[in-house]
Amino acid sequence: MAIEQLWGAGRMTPSTPKWLRGRTLIIGVPWLWLGLFFLLPFLFILKISLSEAALAQPPYLDLIREVSDGLMTIKLNFGNYLFLLEDPLYLQALWGSVKVATISTLLCLLLGYPMAYAIAKSPNHWRLPLLMLVILPFWTSFLIRVYAWIGILKNNGLLNQWLMSIGLIDTPLEIMHTPVAVYIGVVYSYLPFMVLPLYATLIRLDDTLLEAASDLGCKPWKQFLKITWPLSMPGVLAGAMLVFIPVMGEFVIPDLLGGPETLMIGKLMWTEFFSNKDWPLASALAAVLLCVLIIPFVLLRHYERRSEEVL
Amino acid sequence: MWRKMPLLMTALMFGYAFLYGPIASLIVYSFNENRLVTVWSGFSTKWYAELLQNDQILGAAWLSVKIASVNASLAVILGTLAALALVRYKRFKGRQVMETMVTAPLVMPEVIIGLSLLLLFVAMERVLGWPEGRGQLTITIAHVTFSMAYVAVVVQSRLAHMDQSLEEAALDLGAKPRKVFFAITLPLITPALVAGWLLAFTLSMDDLVVASFVSGPGATTLPMVVYSSVRLGVSPQINALATIIVVTVSIAVAVAGVLMYRKEKRGI
Repeated sequence: MAIEQLWGAGRMTPSTPKWLRGRTLIIGVPWLWLGLFFLLPFLFILKISLSEAALAQPPYLDLIREVSDGLMTIKLNFGNYLFLLEDPLYLQALWGSVKVATISTLLCLLLGYPMAYAIAKSPNHWRLPLLMLVILPFWTSFLIRVYAWIGILKNNGLLNQWLMSIGLIDTPLEIMHTPVAVYIGVVYSYLPFMVLPLYATLIRLDDTLLEAASDLGCKPWKQFLKITWPLSMPGVLAGAMLVFIPVMGEFVIPDLLGGPETLMIGKLMWTEFFSNKDWPLASALAAVLLCVLIIPFVLLRHYERRSEEVL
Repeated sequence: MWRKMPLLMTALMFGYAFLYGPIASLIVYSFNENRLVTVWSGFSTKWYAELLQNDQILGAAWLSVKIASVNASLAVILGTLAALALVRYKRFKGRQVMETMVTAPLVMPEVIIGLSLLLLFVAMERVLGWPEGRGQLTITIAHVTFSMAYVAVVVQSRLAHMDQSLEEAALDLGAKPRKVFFAITLPLITPALVAGWLLAFTLSMDDLVVASFVSGPGATTLPMVVYSSVRLGVSPQINALATIIVVTVSIAVAVAGVLMYRKEKRGI
């Protein structure tokens, strides 16, 4: 087929060195960049997590050290990992992250599913603008959108002012610096990531299936449970992973909206790194987080292929 | 439609209210005269005037714009190459790894990306002497790494839905592969390239976490300034800044959307 000639190296003159041919460059350049700056750094996380913290610049000891001339030793230090197990703080933070990520994923689904469904069912010329309206906030600054909630949720903020002015409450509700504020912030920030893959699967749903079911006397709610919901499963799972995985490592939201009760692993990593200057411990935390995220990531890759469709 | 599915429409409206309410409140209260952001005391544009005299914010904004433009341009090139590789070459060594490397940055927690890149830069500096110190260069490299994944995803979907018969026709008529790429493929995927550039630009303008890890003294980006000021509490200047960002983004997205829509309509 002609198209393969275009993208193959077939048309190049034989004198062109192999590495300079189109195909090699097209594959090689991005591969090298990602390999160097995305893949390789993970090995450094592993390496530093096994080293000892030290008062030095950078603040850790090398794994490979020269003992006497020419004699090198490798000293692996598993102390960081043991410490993570010993101090309940870290397991609590891991559990806190799992909890926040799970609950907010479910909340996003609860709010996002009807939205995606309504957009998919709306008239043709309405769909694109409605979808754009979901994506647009994602283009404005994340930090500033989280900041907006501080003004709304704080004790003398807009929500409390409004609730008190209509006489629903007498004393301001304490929402800021509680887990509730974190959930609101997370759902708000990650909702588009749920709606988009859901929309992508729902829009391809074959309406004749529903018509057939209703002709055969199937009730609407049963149609939904037996047809729409199972068929939209790839979108549900892709969306769920797109929310769950990044929320697990979220730092900004628990830091700005959460309080001392909200322990999350991303925030803890930040503290270990910036405040305590303990790079090895922060690396060990990162390594643990990475391991935890492998399963949802594999799931994501699996369902993404099935709900292939983007922004 | 309202009559057919009232519940669904209510959910949709609630969703949009939820998404836009907070943004609207930011904009409204940026014109508040009171220093206490959420206590309305009268219309004023004085916070905009103060913002325009805040050298720290302006300097950081300029640095962010510089990083974001370089980042977006590099990310478009690398992301497009990655997309071409994945869509056009069905089989090559390391394809699985590349697919993973293109998907992973989209969901990878920023704290991990930031920390891992910092450790890499530190090790590289010790062994190779490059990059010397950390700042604008290291932030740009870090941003390109995750932005190019987004570009690749956008371009990939465009390439996959593209009609290949035009390329084939040109080849059959004897055009050289390079010419076909520049005369046919590139114009066809231009909307995706524009969308990818804008996306990469905003991602970079917006990034606090990764930049905080890989930045050094002297390189303070806009989100870093905003973050340190927000930590101290709400501030009317940040509201003014937010309004400017929201309005700029909305205009850019609207213009890009209309242009692409027209192009699509002309059948190009």
